[in-house]
This record gives sequence, C-alpha cells and structure tokens, in this order.
Amino acid sequence: MNEWITTLISKYNYWGFIVLMMIGLYAMMVKKNFVKKIIGMNIFQTAIILFYVSIGAKKGATIPIILHGHGEETHIIHAAEYINPLPHVLMLTAIVVSVATLGVALALAIKVYSQYDTLEEDEINRKIRDQMTQIEQ
Amino acid sequence: MKILGFIIVFLCGILLIYHTADFPDWGNPVSPASTHVSPYYIEKALDDTAVPNIVTAVLADYRGYDTMFETTVIFCAGIACFFLLRITRRREPSVALYRHLPTGITLRIEKGGKEPGKSNVFKRIDSQWVPDDLIIKTTCRIVVPFVQIFALYVIAHGHHSPGGGFQGGVILGASIILFAISTDLRTSIDRMSERLGAFFSATGVFIYAGAGALCLILGASFLDYSALAPILNVDSVMARSHGILIVEIGVGLAVMAVMIWLYYNVSSAGRHDEGL
Repeated sequence: MNEWITTLISKYNYWGFIVLMMIGLYAMMVKKNFVKKIIGMNIFQTAIILFYVSIGAKKGATIPIILHGHGEETHIIHAAEYINPLPHVLMLTAIVVSVATLGVALALAIKVYSQYDTLEEDEINRKIRDQMTQIEQ
Repeated sequence: MKILGFIIVFLCGILLIYHTADFPDWGNPVSPASTHVSPYYIEKALDDTAVPNIVTAVLADYRGYDTMFETTVIFCAGIACFFLLRITRRREPSVALYRHLPTGITLRIEKGGKEPGKSNVFKRIDSQWVPDDLIIKTTCRIVVPFVQIFALYVIAHGHHSPGGGFQGGVILGASIILFAISTDLRTSIDRMSERLGAFFSATGVFIYAGAGALCLILGASFLDYSALAPILNVDSVMARSHGILIVEIGVGLAVMAVMIWLYYNVSSAGRHDEGL
C-alpha cells in the first residue's frame, strides 16, 4: 500500500498527460466533425508539451536563468540548481509551430466546407460517393 | 465505431500507464533527460555566450539550426494558408452596410445601388450588423500600444528574463489581431497590409538565415556568431550574445507577420473583406 502511494506521487504527472493524450486521440479517431478532430489534435499536442515540460523539472531547482548572470564576479554554476532548459527550448518552438499548423488545419477545413457545405465526415463521404456514381453513369 | 475507438484508446492508455513505471520520477535531478547534454548547457552557457537565460542561449546558439527551421516551418504555414484560402478575384457582396457616423443610422445598399465610397461621414460595416461600441474600441486603442511595447521588451530582454523572439512575436501579432477584432478587418488591413505581412515574414527568415550565412562568409561555421566579432566590434563571447539578439529579431518579425497573416486569411476565408 505504502509503495503504491509512492508510485502514485512520483508518476501521477505522466498519468495525467496520458489521459489528456488519449482524450485527444479519441477525438481524432471517433469524432465525425473536422473541427472537433482539429481540437482533438490540439489536445494531443498539449499533452505532449506538458509531458516534455514535466521531464525538465528538478526537485529544488529554479528556472533556467542564471542568478546574478551579469555581475563582474564569477561563481560556479551547479547543474542541479537550475531545471533542464532543453525541454523548454523544444516546447517553446513547438507551441508556436502548433499554432501555425492549427492555422493550416483550419484553412483546410474552410476549403472543405466551401466545397461540400458541411464539415461532417459522413456527409462528405456520401457526397463524394454520389459524385462518383454520377461520373460513372 | 465509437465503441471500437474507445477500446483502442483505452488499451493504448492502459499500456502507456503501465510503462510509466519505467519512467524517471517527477523532479528527479538525475533522470536521463537531465544528465547528458543539459548540464553542459547550464554550466557553460554564461561563459560561452554571456546570456544568463539558458533557454535563449540554447534556442538561438547551441540549437540554432533547429530554431531556424522551426521559423521556416512557421513561414511555410503562413504561405500554405495563403495559397489554400486567398481569393484574389473580388466578388461584390450582394448587400453592403454603411454607417452614417454623425447620426449612427445604418444604410443598407442592395446590389446595384450606388455606394458612398470612402469618406469621413460614411463607414462600411460588416454584413452581420455590429453595434458601434465606443468602450471596446477606445479600450483596445489605448491597450494596443502598450501590448506592442511589452512585446518589444520581451524580444529585447530575452537574454536576461523569460522571453525571446517567439514569445514577443506572438504578442506583437496578438496586438494587431486585437486591433482587427475591436475595429474590423478592413481597418486593420489598411494599417498592416497583407503585402507588408508577407514581406515581414520573409524578412524574418532572411535575417536568421542571413546571420548564419554571414558567419559562413567570415570563415566560421554556419550560425557560429563568434565570427561576427570583428563586425560588431566586441569580443567573441559578446558577439554570440549579439548574434542571438539578431536572430531573435528575425524570429520575432517572422512569427508576428505569420500570426497576422493566418488571422487575416482564416477569419475572412481568404476574401479579406469581412472578418470576425
């Protein structure tokens, strides 16, 4: 029991991200509406961003900006005093890129809507099938 | 399909949660992610680049290639959105609404009617009628310059505090988008045209790649800013700090322009006549 609580405390962040990621995956797979699929994709991305940022955390460390960084005196910097900057760098760019890809996804959705007058996957498939049968006749 | 999808997602989640047992604990200082290259960054960033903010140093110096191509990805997203949506052929709207500013009366002009054109008395408004909201307009007009100054601070002070080109660029873009939402898309396009947006986004990427190429010309590796020392008249460590600022400005320009460009195209479905 005690061991189980230790596991829970040290790993619950990952579980949260996995739940979030699975919500996003479910939305992408099952939802029929394209905008809902795009929202699912964004939830998925958010889960990954949170996962990376939590990897960078260190107990008892501060943000990765060196204290008294522009003083004259030099002092020794210990890696344990500052959290890992690398995941932050990767996610910093990933957040902005995710906004840009969201824009492209919405542009595609607008294009699909202007072509088929709907964003529901079923109706679009039906319309495409109708067009194909018309061409065959 | 719903049940099948739920079963797949559930099994996938269970598998992932089962394997988190092998992951390092949260906040563990000796986890694999924090032991190989990251201690080097933390301990050497200040000596190598004179930048106290390690994230900025890693972003624009140690991993400069990565950031350069991320900027290119954003630029490509802007271009993709433009080519997908933009309709250059101007289609006249069937109904145009104008507001007579002194009296607040709204004119509805059917197709074929004579439009008042641009004047100080009549102002074109969106076809979905919006009230002339003085409070929102005035507040946004006051707030926008402060947002922009803050954005410039975030870009310029990214060496010493949380910030940098990406964050500052997004804030700059958000200020223009706020202006576009509080007035309307046409007013915003008059101030910050699409042409200017395209120019800025290309310029931003060009500044970044150009800074890298300049280092190459001066005999160092691509994006090795210490080669800029003779030009900037500083020592090689400070040259890396200044090089980071140069590329951050490029990133900020590109991100700002692309955010605005995306908003213009997505909000008006590429017609650039009526926004949200």
